[in-house]
Amino acid sequence: MKHGFGIREATLVRAALLAVLVAVLEIACRTGLIQRFTMIPPSEMVVSLVRLFQNRDVLADAGQTLLSVFIALACALVAGFAMGVALYAFPRARRIADPLLTTYYSVPVFVFYPLLIVLFGLNAIPKTVIGFLYAVVVMAINTLNGLERVPFVYWKTAQVHHLSRMQTALHLILPCAGPYLFTGAKFAIAYAFVGVIGSEFILSTGGLGYRVSFAYNNFQSDVMYGVILFVLVIVVCINMALYAWERVLMERRGGR
Amino acid sequence: MNNGTFVAVDGVTRVFPARAGMRDVHALGPVDLALSRREFFAVVGPSGCGKSTLLEIIAGLQAPTSGHVLFDGTVVVGSVPRGIGVIFQEDASFPWLTVRDNIAFGLRREGVDGRTIERRVADSLALTGLRAFADAYPGQLSGGMRQRVCIARTLVLEPRLILLDEPFGALDQQTRLLMGDELLRLWRETGATIFLITHALDEATMLSDRVGIMSARPGRFLDVVTTGWPRDRDSKIVAAPEFGSITSHLWSILRDESIKAIEANPVA
Repeated sequence: MKHGFGIREATLVRAALLAVLVAVLEIACRTGLIQRFTMIPPSEMVVSLVRLFQNRDVLADAGQTLLSVFIALACALVAGFAMGVALYAFPRARRIADPLLTTYYSVPVFVFYPLLIVLFGLNAIPKTVIGFLYAVVVMAINTLNGLERVPFVYWKTAQVHHLSRMQTALHLILPCAGPYLFTGAKFAIAYAFVGVIGSEFILSTGGLGYRVSFAYNNFQSDVMYGVILFVLVIVVCINMALYAWERVLMERRGGR
Repeated sequence: MNNGTFVAVDGVTRVFPARAGMRDVHALGPVDLALSRREFFAVVGPSGCGKSTLLEIIAGLQAPTSGHVLFDGTVVVGSVPRGIGVIFQEDASFPWLTVRDNIAFGLRREGVDGRTIERRVADSLALTGLRAFADAYPGQLSGGMRQRVCIARTLVLEPRLILLDEPFGALDQQTRLLMGDELLRLWRETGATIFLITHALDEATMLSDRVGIMSARPGRFLDVVTTGWPRDRDSKIVAAPEFGSITSHLWSILRDESIKAIEANPVA
């Protein structure tokens, strides 16, 4: 007897639920159950999104946001990985950093935004720094987790195979810690988006977050929802690609 | 060291330095031992008596506090000599590589050419009965099969001395017997010397030419028992009358030591 259902069925159910939700929203907006002032029908959001693609200013904003996210993310991945390795290599540093790491995400990093503007000026750097600050620690924590879970027997195996430190790192430790590094990177992407778009929303003068904020303040619901949909599409596409890649990696490991 | 000795352990001790608020731990020795070429030697002893420490010292994974180990006439210092293969109790297969790539791992790191790797991996797959699983990932295999992958990864390097640290410890009894048969076959076919650490007295009796019985910590050899089995043997010898008497003899020596070990470390 087959229990539960497979990935294909789960995807179908998920898509059906989403379709039903969108249809309910469409009907609720069209019948006036939800006022136009509050939300426009999903179909109009799509039309608005298509129109936004033809607007050079919006595309420039999207480019600015994606560039900031990319820089914040790249720096966070490199710095977070280095931090994780350093904390693993120096247990004393780890003992000092432990409480800071565990409470890090209770600090609202956005409060430093004015300070960052004073330091770097009203440009793309402060929001990039916020994106970086959001993403770096999750990468460090996951790197540390991954390294701590490398079985001790692999270190001994490396000695038996006469591997140098670099070979041990490249051929054993990194592949073994790979799933944790991947999880760290996945979270870092999400956090970098939150940091950058959130910053744009608050104080920036450009980017998709600023575009949403500007539209909101000027009662341009269609533009606002179009941009929100645009952000959602980007984030969902990236996450789906990562999810598919992760599934391939995990299937290779036989779920181990 | 006499001329027939392949591995010589001379006066080896291991003392682990004290940690905060604790005393030094004298884990092993002094131990003297001589292994001949193509011999199958097993070590039994109570938990924590230093069996694995002895294996790691022979392998060059740990340095002795005093004494030394000679492998084929050369002192083992600081690293694992070429010609020694080690198989651990823990699953050391690499889940991100296929069985084939797991086996080829050591050869690739040594820079062996592709054609030779292909041939030797194919031989090793055949020898360990893994040919049908060459493209599977370890996660898709049972515990026994994964241990075979580790054995194949070691055998492909053609070691002259194979050190096994409780390799079947995580397997069920039937699988252990079958893996024991496999190990005996591989031992005969490769001509390697085998040094096996095990908790299971019957396994030691069945597999070995000689069984070394270690005392509770600090581990020393209390006795070395010669089994007298023919080289061409398998798990059917468990039905032989001598099998029971050898195993009983091992237990008669080990029983008091096991009690001592439990009393010294009741949490273990």
